[in-house]
Amino acid sequence: MQYLFSVIHDSTELANPSEMAAIDAFNDRLIADGHWVFAGGLGGPDTATVVDNRGADAVFTDGPFLESKEYLAGFWVIEAPDLDVALKLATEGSKHCNRKVEVRPFFPGD
Amino acid sequence: MSATAVGAAITQAHRDEWARVVAALARRFGDLDIAEESAAEAFKTAVVRWPADGVPPNPGAWLTTTANRKAIDRIRRETKRAGKQLGAQMLYEDDGPTEPRDADAINDERLRLIFICCHPALSIETRIALTLRMVGGLTAPEIARAFLVQETAMGQRITRAKAKIKTARIPFRVPAAEDLKGRVSGVLAVLYLVFNEGYLATGPNTDPVRHDLTAEAIRLTRLVRALMPDDGEVAGLLALMLLIESRRTTRVSASGELVPLDEQERAAWDMALIAEGHQLVRERLASGVAPGRYQILAAINAVHTSARRGSGTDWSQVVALYNQLARIDLSPIVALNRAIAIAELDGPAVALAAIDRLEDTLAGYHPFHAARADLLRRLGRARESRAAYDKAIELAGNTAETAYLTRRRDELA
Repeated sequence: MQYLFSVIHDSTELANPSEMAAIDAFNDRLIADGHWVFAGGLGGPDTATVVDNRGADAVFTDGPFLESKEYLAGFWVIEAPDLDVALKLATEGSKHCNRKVEVRPFFPGD
Repeated sequence: MSATAVGAAITQAHRDEWARVVAALARRFGDLDIAEESAAEAFKTAVVRWPADGVPPNPGAWLTTTANRKAIDRIRRETKRAGKQLGAQMLYEDDGPTEPRDADAINDERLRLIFICCHPALSIETRIALTLRMVGGLTAPEIARAFLVQETAMGQRITRAKAKIKTARIPFRVPAAEDLKGRVSGVLAVLYLVFNEGYLATGPNTDPVRHDLTAEAIRLTRLVRALMPDDGEVAGLLALMLLIESRRTTRVSASGELVPLDEQERAAWDMALIAEGHQLVRERLASGVAPGRYQILAAINAVHTSARRGSGTDWSQVVALYNQLARIDLSPIVALNRAIAIAELDGPAVALAAIDRLEDTLAGYHPFHAARADLLRRLGRARESRAAYDKAIELAGNTAETAYLTRRRDELA
């Protein structure tokens, strides 16, 4: 079972060195314990481009799809047997990266 | 057997067996939705079959077996529609367990059911609704009426919760030892909220005391107590509810006004509930284990229910217990109740000084203004008292309490 941990932040400041070190240590543990699938930090909302090709022509829009004070700063995709384990990991992850974390399950594949 | 007797047997079975049936199915099929729907269908079948066939010798086993068959039928229909193979685990034991199972296993399943309904990843409103539905066996319309929300909204709340549990995979298990204390206190918070909504109903068009909700909260807390007999806070919450419930019939006057503790007709208190509550409090005291907040609140209520007259209340004992509570619970509401007790020991001026320090945090809480109004009245400061009553009346949601506060205000010189 996989979960997406969205890292939510309200400023464009990058993680400071001590936060980076804590995140690295947490990532190493995720790998060692078999929870790691993928993770990454994202450029700020100003760097986003929204593409809409549902109509006749593709439309590019400069900026994020949603203007808000809080935005997605990065994410983890982790493997966990159930939500209790995922919430425990997210609790640690939030402490390590010093940001809020939203936990959402991927739909289970058959 | 008469139709009335069969009806009574079905009602009894619903009270005794609902949670067991839902829990057994939830464990077997790993799906709360299937468990709930199949349990409901089994009870519907009982309503049709029992009057004709007679009440089965073991109603619980009959209901579980019937619910199992309903669940398997439903899974077969759904897998057929989806063109999938029926999972191997669904094929065995078509008739389900007919032998009475190990009591420990049944208790364990019911505990898991309670913990999943009170999971911290669900909103508190959802936890309450899910607990009343899955453990209490109330229908969604019954829960909607109890909490004054639309039936459709309540139905959706329960449906969404079941979907989240399934999709996010909230596990059906008793929490690990290191998480147990926090999770138990989460369960108790749900039960206490249900009880409080019954004890001091907030709606303008509802009865001031909702016995159905206090009774259901007590029934569920008794169940949790039976499942976790060694937990002090579970015993404390049960004792607290029993001691509050013992005064139920005297809390509202014939004219619909809230009656304060010192004016209640003590002879009309329910002595059986008081005896049971006192026994639990004594049991906890004898344990020698440091009490949590529910146990201390129960002890305070035990002091109140020990006095034959309001004037006989041992206020120094009450204040000592509030001091103990204030050490583990820093909430301003505890500080407010402690100050109200201090008024009886050290006089209204000392209490008022303590209460006024809480204004920043409690300005929107009507008992703060009601307590201030009463102390100002006793100090002869009628004008300020009136203003405080006005504020309390404006904020209070309970009809009986509003009636009481209005009369006290209008009696001011």
